[in-house]
Formats: sequence, structure tokens, C-alpha cells
Amino acid sequence: MTDPSTERGLAVDLVDLTRVYGQVRALDGLTLHIEPGELIALLGPSGCGKTTALRILAGLDTATAGTVSVGGRDLTRVPANKRDMGMVFQAYSLFPHMTVIDNVAFGLKLRGKDGSSRRRRAGDVLDLVGLGEHADRFAHQLSGGQQQRVALARALAIEPSVLLLDEPLSALDAKVRVQLRDEIRRVQIEVGTTTVFVTHDQEEALAVADRVGVMNAGRLEQLAPPAELYSAPASRFVGEFVGLSNRLPADVRDGVAAVLGREVPVLPGSTDGRGHALVRPESVSVVKDADGGATVATVMFLGPLSRVTCTLSDGTDVVAQLASSDALRLEPGDAVRLEVAPSPVLVVA
Amino acid sequence: MTQSRGFKVFRAVGLLVFAAYFFVPLLAMLDFSTQVRGSAPGRTWGNWAFMVTDEDLRSSIVASLLLALFTVVLMVALLVPTMVWVRLRVPRARGLIEFLCLLPLTIPALVIVVGITNVYSWVTYLLGDSALVLTFAYVVLVLPYSYRAIDAALSAIDAATLSEAARSLGAGWFTVIVRIIMPNITSGILGAAFIAVALVLGEYVFASLLHFDTLPVAMAALYKSNGPAAMAAALASMILVAVLLVGLTFLSRDRHKQGASS
Repeated sequence: MTDPSTERGLAVDLVDLTRVYGQVRALDGLTLHIEPGELIALLGPSGCGKTTALRILAGLDTATAGTVSVGGRDLTRVPANKRDMGMVFQAYSLFPHMTVIDNVAFGLKLRGKDGSSRRRRAGDVLDLVGLGEHADRFAHQLSGGQQQRVALARALAIEPSVLLLDEPLSALDAKVRVQLRDEIRRVQIEVGTTTVFVTHDQEEALAVADRVGVMNAGRLEQLAPPAELYSAPASRFVGEFVGLSNRLPADVRDGVAAVLGREVPVLPGSTDGRGHALVRPESVSVVKDADGGATVATVMFLGPLSRVTCTLSDGTDVVAQLASSDALRLEPGDAVRLEVAPSPVLVVA
Repeated sequence: MTQSRGFKVFRAVGLLVFAAYFFVPLLAMLDFSTQVRGSAPGRTWGNWAFMVTDEDLRSSIVASLLLALFTVVLMVALLVPTMVWVRLRVPRARGLIEFLCLLPLTIPALVIVVGITNVYSWVTYLLGDSALVLTFAYVVLVLPYSYRAIDAALSAIDAATLSEAARSLGAGWFTVIVRIIMPNITSGILGAAFIAVALVLGEYVFASLLHFDTLPVAMAALYKSNGPAAMAAALASMILVAVLLVGLTFLSRDRHKQGASS
């Protein structure tokens, strides 16, 4: 987790936030504490409430119940233009009639900064996002990635207490997404602003965040650092939503699950007795064995890694992720034995 | 693809026919307005100068131009914030606003005038009997056309995201409308304004039945005593409107060029 004593970062608290639209509960009692300077990613499928939570935090939507506070100050009823937050939107949001530098300086102008200090500050943040040379261009003269960089610079120029990113990479192509994702993280660490990053892309969330909050049906299912979220999912939803998981038959006794003939520890929240263990493909190894009880169905080459799908005698498909050097020794139809690594697994009903 | 000679000839003839259809009456008006009275030979600009020298005609021209200006200002001041507000904050009311704005199009001007005659007796009692009080009626008259022009311009931008971005940077609603939305719907506002000017400069029914001396009313009266001078005034107002519309076309083209240069 980021050092809580960052210069500009303030703690953010969402307490029991609820948002109801007619019959739909878009947010259902969301409670979340964000440390100063921390980058939290809110991850979840479409309609899970992550954008609603962000919009309520920004003041662009109103909570049906609950409170929002930043740095200990209650902002629940404060309008968006008085919250001192910077926001980058999914849609391109640069003001088309202004140049890049005027866009970046817009918030500073509203704060009464004089012309020279506005231009200096705007130039500094444009340099921070690598677009100092594009200051006099208009939005339509920039690529999508450049526009989102300028939007990030514009949000940062006002030195916001909280930076809000609403799926800022969704409209970009894959290569630019990765570049800009890394850049957002670099800039966020550099300026130390508390940041909330909403995305439905788990790779994005795991790559940039200090902690990832997985949301489902308006509720926060789990909030944890990326590695913990991946290796120790707290619920079946998290286990299945984040990363790939095999659902393998398991029998749990005294905190130990028998999976594919091997005993592995179970994670808190697992069911007792018979169930299904959620096992990551990289926790499965494949060994050639004529009496192994499984058969290789497909071998998919993915570069340094390969994905091997095997079928158990009962018809269950199991996906294993292996180094390509190992996987390429296997061919469809080979008889194999599957082994599960002794890392803890979540067992669900 | 190469065009056949027959098609080129057909196109040229078509263009000539349309040009003749539009320009022959205008040339006839110019001819009539510059003829010397009594079929004497030669040309005179006296009938055109009459617009400046005759006090009644001159005051009606000034009244109509001021009416056009005030109508545009009031229309923009009322319509733009309302449409932006409805689009951003109460989108459910959009259908109702559209219906109300288009309503004057479906009601004959004569019916509206009869309906508002009593209202106008109060208006003139409170604000005086200047022709400029027609501004209120003319704003209603131009609403349907202005609404369409501004609505099209608003639909072409992502007003919701732009306004949210501005709000998150600290802008209040007035700033959002004046400094963010309006500069991006300039072509729509200009279109609405020019259509309003054209309508106001040609409007006769309201002014005549409510007994105000605007340019069309003065022209109609003048036509009975000095046809060539009335013709000169009519041609002058048509040229003014045409210049405005050509100006609008060039402004819109310039904006499109700017947008397409990426």
C-alpha cells in the first residue's frame, strides 16, 4: 500500500452508499475506506455499480442514502464544482473549441490564477504526460490516447484532492491502453493524489491498483491488494470473475480439500463437505502418465506460455497453464496425470 | 466515372432554368425600382434613396432591424439555456419542450394574432406603443425554426460529458452554458438567429393586425402611392436576408473545415 503520508493525498470514506433508480438498486450499502495517496481500482461487470459509486463521489449523481467524505470533511451535499476533484471520463471530454493548453488551464482560470501562472502550471502537467509540444493543438488534432492524456493533465492541473478515472482507457486500442495505463500509474505515484480508477478490465485493475475492489450487484465483494485478490478470492464471484478458474470436484474435511487426489488447504469462506474447488490454471501441472486418468484435448500456444485443456474420465475439462517448452511436448490424445499445487483454494458449493 | 455529354447539357440547362426562375423576378424588381417615373429614359437611384430620405419608411426599417435584433437576443437568451438545461438535467421534459416550441408552426398566424390581441392591449399599456413590443410575439413565431437549429447543434456534441468535465473542474452552471456549451453550438445559434432575422424582416400579419409600422407594413402602404420605392425596399430586405444566409453558409463551412482537418 502507498505511504499514507503523501503530500496531496486525502483519505476518502464512502459509508453505506445506496443508490436506487426506480426498482433497481444500483448501489447497495457500499462502504469503502481509501488511504491517502492510494490508488483503488473498482472492478466489476457492467451494471455492478462501480461507475455509480464514482459519480456519487464526484458529485455528478446523488446517493439515495449514505455519506461521502474526503479528508474527514462531509461532501455528501456539496455540488460537483465545489468538491475539488479531478475526473477523466470514458468518452473524450476535451472542450473542442479550446486548445490543449486552454483545456488544461480551464480549471486554474476558474480558480482565479493569473495568466502566466496558469500557462506555467498547464505546461508543467502537459510535460508530465509527455504532451508539452502539443499545447497549441485542438482536440480534433490529437489521437484518442493523446486526448486522454490531456484529460488526465487537465484533471491534475487543479491539484485535486481526489483523482477519479472512469474507464479512461476503454475507447483506446490495446497497445495504447497498456502504455497509458502504465503512464497513469507513473503519474499517480509522482503526484501522490488519492485515486479511484473504475474499470471492467481485470488486467488493468490488477496492474495499476494498490488495492482492487471487486463489485457485484451494487455491493463490494472483496477489497484487497491485487495478488491477494487473485490468490485468495473471498467469494465464488470474485474467484470466477478475476482470472481463469477451473471448477474441480473437491471434498473438504478439517480445513483440507481433496482435489484430484491431492490434499490442499482451503481458504476462509470455503464450504465444508463436497463442493467445487476453484483452481487457477497455473496451479495445475500435467504429467504424461498412461494411467493418469486424463487426456489432453487441446494445446493452445500463447507465446511464452501455453494453455492445455485436458479431459478427466468423468468428462470434466481442466485447463492448465504451462511454460510453452513443457506444453509443446504434449499432443491431443496423450494420456496424462493432473496434479494440483498445494496452494490454498476456495471451495464453493 | 465520366459523365455523358447529354447529361452535362441536361445539367447546364437545368441550372439555367432554375437560375432564371429565381433571378428574373429579382432583376425585374431592380429594373422597376430604378426606372424614371413617367417612362422617361435613363435610370435613377432615387427610389433607393427614398429608404433613407422618407422618414416613415426609414423609421419602419429601423424598427424592423431593431425588432430582428431584440428577437434574436431574447430567443437565444430564452431558448439556449432552457434547451441545455432540459437536455442535461430533465431529459424527460424534452418531448414536452419540443412540442411547445413547434406548436406555433401548426397554428395559423392569424389565429395567434386574434388570440393575443387582448394581451397586447396590456403590453402596449404597460410598455408603450413602440413596434418593439412585437419582440415578444416574434420570439414565439420563430421558436419552431430556432428550436430545430439549436437542437441539431446540441445533438452533434456530447453536451453531458462536456458539462460534467467542466463541473468537475469547478465550473458553475452559468459557466458551463456560456463558456463550454454555447461556443460549441455556435453554428446552430447562428442558424437560429439568421432564420429569425429573415422571418422578422418579412413578417406582415402580426404587425399589420396589431397596428405597428414595421418594414413590411410600411412597404405595403408605400406600394399604393410609390410602387418603385416599395419595390426598392423589398429588394433591399431580400438582399440583406440573402447576404445573411450566404454568411451563415460560409461560417458553417469554415467550422466544418476546421473539424475535418484532423
